[in-house]
Amino acid sequence: MKIVSTILTILAVLCLGGAALAAEELLGAGATFPEPLYSKMFDVYYSQTGNKVNYQGIGSGGGIQQILGKTVDFGGTDAFLTPEQLAKSPDNPLLHIPTAMGAVVVTYNLPGKPQLKMTPDVIAGIFLGQIKSWNDSRITGLNPGVQLPGDPIVVVHRSDGSGTTFVFTDYLSKVSPDWKEKVGAGTAVKWPLGLGGKGNPGVAGLVQQMKGAVGYVELSYAKKNNLPYAVVKNRAGNFIVPSIKSVSLAAGASMPDDTRVSITDTDTKDGYPISAFTWILVYKEQAYGNRKASKAKALAKLLWWMTHEGQKYNADLLYAPLAGDVKAKAEKIIKSVTFNGQPILK
Amino acid sequence: MRRERLFRNLLQLAAWLVGLNVLVISITLFWGASPTLRHFGPGFLWSSHWNPVTDEFGALPFLAGTLATSFLALALSLPLSLSMAILLGEFLRGRWLSNVFKSLVDLIAAVPSVIFGYWGLMVLVPWVREVEMQLMPLGQRLGIEIMPYGVGVLTASLVLAVMIIPNTASIAREVLELVPRDLKEAAYSFGATRYEVVRSVIVPYARSGIFAGVLLSLGRALGETMAVTMVIGNTNEMPANLFAPANTMASVIANELAEATTAIHYSSLVAVGLVLFLVTTGINFIGTYIIKKMTVQA
Amino acid sequence: MREPKLRRRLFFNGLFRAGIYGLAFGALLPLFLILIDVFVKGLPVISWNFLVNTPKATGETGGGIANAIVGSLMLVTLATAMALPIGVAAGVYLSEARQSRLAYFTRLAVDVLQGMPSVVIGIIAYLWLVRVMGKFTALSGGLALALMMLPLVVRGTEEVLKLVPAHIKEASLALGVPHYRTVLRVVIPCGLPGIISAVLLGVSRIAGETAPLLFTAFGNRFLEFSPLKPVGSLPLTIFTYAMSPYQDLQAQAWGASVVLIVLVLATNIISRVVITRWKIQF
Repeated sequence: MKIVSTILTILAVLCLGGAALAAEELLGAGATFPEPLYSKMFDVYYSQTGNKVNYQGIGSGGGIQQILGKTVDFGGTDAFLTPEQLAKSPDNPLLHIPTAMGAVVVTYNLPGKPQLKMTPDVIAGIFLGQIKSWNDSRITGLNPGVQLPGDPIVVVHRSDGSGTTFVFTDYLSKVSPDWKEKVGAGTAVKWPLGLGGKGNPGVAGLVQQMKGAVGYVELSYAKKNNLPYAVVKNRAGNFIVPSIKSVSLAAGASMPDDTRVSITDTDTKDGYPISAFTWILVYKEQAYGNRKASKAKALAKLLWWMTHEGQKYNADLLYAPLAGDVKAKAEKIIKSVTFNGQPILK
Repeated sequence: MRRERLFRNLLQLAAWLVGLNVLVISITLFWGASPTLRHFGPGFLWSSHWNPVTDEFGALPFLAGTLATSFLALALSLPLSLSMAILLGEFLRGRWLSNVFKSLVDLIAAVPSVIFGYWGLMVLVPWVREVEMQLMPLGQRLGIEIMPYGVGVLTASLVLAVMIIPNTASIAREVLELVPRDLKEAAYSFGATRYEVVRSVIVPYARSGIFAGVLLSLGRALGETMAVTMVIGNTNEMPANLFAPANTMASVIANELAEATTAIHYSSLVAVGLVLFLVTTGINFIGTYIIKKMTVQA
Repeated sequence: MREPKLRRRLFFNGLFRAGIYGLAFGALLPLFLILIDVFVKGLPVISWNFLVNTPKATGETGGGIANAIVGSLMLVTLATAMALPIGVAAGVYLSEARQSRLAYFTRLAVDVLQGMPSVVIGIIAYLWLVRVMGKFTALSGGLALALMMLPLVVRGTEEVLKLVPAHIKEASLALGVPHYRTVLRVVIPCGLPGIISAVLLGVSRIAGETAPLLFTAFGNRFLEFSPLKPVGSLPLTIFTYAMSPYQDLQAQAWGASVVLIVLVLATNIISRVVITRWKIQF
């Protein structure tokens, strides 16, 4: 009995001590699109400030759901909230703070890892199941120098609610009336065919494993795992290689004040057509539930850091940093976050 | 005397807590699933549309996936587990080697399912993919579409089959050991070979116990989550054939609960959990009941 | 005359024997394949750094699983703390009051709980704790695991106490020791190794569970000691890394598998040894 009570006491002390000593710990969940960037940012943030930011990549759908349910401090999403979703919290609006821009690339597993040229019709055809094998004339026609096998095309898509899916299907809906009619756009759609992978890592993992597979992932996942990706023809008629530069160019001129905008199928000359912003979702009024002022302050500081000092980690991981005017808008939004009516950051 | 009463009350309280726990669990499941049940009614069970975008939910694809993988796994594992049971309960009965094998079989049950899943993903999936690639031309001629995915109902069944071997093996072994010696010796004294004794005397006698072991294996297979999630392909459609990807009731909940987008999506997942709960409990009950009857008999 | 028929019967008998041995070995083959694979791929990954570091940013090498190890230990401890008192008490009750209606009801409940799929228990923990508390916590994960452990503890305690020979109990009662004291000071201590064995078996079972943790403990990249925060765990880490494309993470998943398997098998084997040696006494 004595041993048991001693052990229990030690455990209790550890737990309470752990709880007491903890600097502010923030919990976020959501998109896997920016996860490589966020995991780097939060690692650095921890070593610089001692504040832990625990981010779990469960997909944009999950991020939206959890922030709406207030079980996390912030959500991550590449699919900005629809008016219906915004209406779920009318008194305390959810703010979108852009943190980076990225590219959704079409990646595939072919011998020799060729860089294939693809047009919007070809991409739609592949994911609709109309183009069934790699040596289909529609693909070989665009890529005369490449030796393409006769293997069947194995389509891989997301099985979870995904902002990356939203960006990809939003693009396809804009460029292919066939796609728009048959499938449409959304964070989770009814795919005509293919396997489901969980998160960007799941899709990349499946493509990596299966010969002849094709999927859509954020550029970082493809590049860092040596997966080849397609060069896509944009609206201006140029074949664009996804890169930080071409993604930045896709942003275009105008952006609404709340930063909720889709930049797919850009009309700029050299912009990559499947680019997207990714956002962090927080509540405008932070004094909800029993949130403490210290936590709200830590969150606001984190957001400021992510959009300023944190931006220098974007490039290495192949995310485009926020451009001047976007950054200005982001700053304005961060400054509008309040606690009990008082703005947190002056 | 007061302490005596206190002691008894504490014990009863603990027993009540356990019992009520389960009752509250059932109520919670019904409560969580009620929006879906009210909205879709029993049609939920045989609708095959699961579309979070249009808020249409039907559990049929997962019922199909669960039943397909579980029964196939059962069929694949039965020869293996029964052989193990016969080996331990009859051939090697009483010898030290049987204890070694019994421990090894129990070890299978101890391996965590996520490790089975990882192994299945890295080893079985490529192998099944090779098989599918070989079978593709044949499938085309028969009109069955076989894509070389590697993941799917077949792979999930293979992994499940390995995982449920211990369930049938240990129950069947115990039941086989219960067969009265004089029955067996009478048969042997007539000059029957071992095979004939097993086939005509032992197995028929132990039939219901073996069946109970099979049911318990089935119950286990129905509820298995992680290993299946990793190799089944995560597709919310009715599987067209063995090689197609699918989803089971357990795997769809694991995949989608943390990110259910609407209230109805979320309660539909709980409803799927409710169905799973009822099915596994039913099967386990029948199995346990049969075993209890058999052990009382003996 | 009878020769050919006899030879045929003997042939079938031999075939049967070969078949049984073959299939039985076949039943064990996957186990060996898996264990060999896990150790061959996982052991090279294990190093002091691996066990002591937390994960690095995605794509960077050198990360470790310290957060998962600590998280798993914490979850198991929470689960045991919740399941042990109620489970042992209920088990004692069942071994004492065999025939009462409450005993019947309790045994029924234990049977139902034992057969429950782990995802369903995860749903329950999510509804009871995560939704109500408004956050993901190690506590909710511990609750889910405790629910899974409970039937094993109750059953195990009941079986063990039933095995304690009646004469020990009767001797104590004959000496005038009150009943409750007999149970507390004589019967339970006598059966303690068996109870410990049941608890260890429960630990071995829940240490490898992933599904309920997906939406309760949620996961955490950092070392976490507070039960009111989300925590990582070994099975969760294996699941996440296994499905990722990064080779380094896949290797880490094998390493984590080795750690998990060693933990699970060790507790399993210790539990068996303890109960066998205890049973020998009688």
